[in-house]
Amino acid sequence: MFGLFGRKRSKDQLKDRLKLVLSYDRAGLTPGKMEELKSELLAVIHKHFPADENDYDVKLEQQGDRMVFVANLPVSQGT
Amino acid sequence: MNAKAIVVTSGKGGVGKTTTTANVGAALARLGEKVAVIDTDIGLRNLDVVMGLEGRVVFDLIDVFEGRCKLKQALIKDKRVDTLYLLAASQTKDKGALSEERMQETVDLLLNEEGFDRVIIDSPAGIESGFKTAACAAQGALVVVNPEVSSVRDADRIIGLLESSGVHEVKLIINRLRPEMVKRGDMLEVDDVLEILGVKLIGIVPEDEQVLVSTNIGSPTSLEESSATSAGTAFRNIAKRLQGEDIPYPVLEPSGGFFAALRRLFGGS
Repeated sequence: MFGLFGRKRSKDQLKDRLKLVLSYDRAGLTPGKMEELKSELLAVIHKHFPADENDYDVKLEQQGDRMVFVANLPVSQGT
Repeated sequence: MNAKAIVVTSGKGGVGKTTTTANVGAALARLGEKVAVIDTDIGLRNLDVVMGLEGRVVFDLIDVFEGRCKLKQALIKDKRVDTLYLLAASQTKDKGALSEERMQETVDLLLNEEGFDRVIIDSPAGIESGFKTAACAAQGALVVVNPEVSSVRDADRIIGLLESSGVHEVKLIINRLRPEMVKRGDMLEVDDVLEILGVKLIGIVPEDEQVLVSTNIGSPTSLEESSATSAGTAFRNIAKRLQGEDIPYPVLEPSGGFFAALRRLFGGS
């Protein structure tokens, strides 16, 4: 992942950026729309579970031929 | 590839569609196939100059579509390879003159009446009507991509459109690969592009100055003898793979730089 001088190789950055932008392109979504969806989703979840918003991971992911909306929402244990 | 009618496309302009059409068409003809290459970039025709046939265009594709000449009269026979023919785009009309129905008819006539083995259709850049007309009669597609951000993104879009418009055999040509940049980690490598786009590879064409030299003189580089790692050989290999031959990909090594200069100095290639 890192070249001789610890610099992240530019092609790795490009690969990450392309994967992300293509996942939005293929789903016909914009990153802005995704953010909106994410905050609405979190608002609903919050009604039912107490949890730290920073733990939430919501993204689009390519799984084989399908584009999948993946939400990873850890529920806080409560003490 | 089973497809007899093949569209060469990319979405983005300037990635090498016309060069690929000329070179793969010429290489297939040299292998004995009767090949027609069709330029569908109406108003911006260039396949004629890339092939060095610009002085012989009398009738064009739109003349055929609109009945001003017979299909046979518009087919320009190449003098270097006698089974290679060009059908030029119109330079004066606009894209509105294109018709999917006429395109389909023309390709059918070439394959079924005129005895052509293969029709290679050079698509205009973009995803609008010009591309759609170019793709409508094709069963196969060669998607040309450069290993850089906008070309890969546009290729992804084109692949989606091809699949939804019934072009089933879609193969990828990675064009203008620069081995020294790949080695530095500053250019996507072949496997990266394949992973991102998820289509099968049919060719890797290295950046090669000879391509420009050949287009300067209007003679496809695939018709010249050249080294195993040249663009000309890469295009010839694509033609052979289209015919179903299993041709391995030569290892492309960085050619520039100090060590290459040293090798040349001591009589290496």
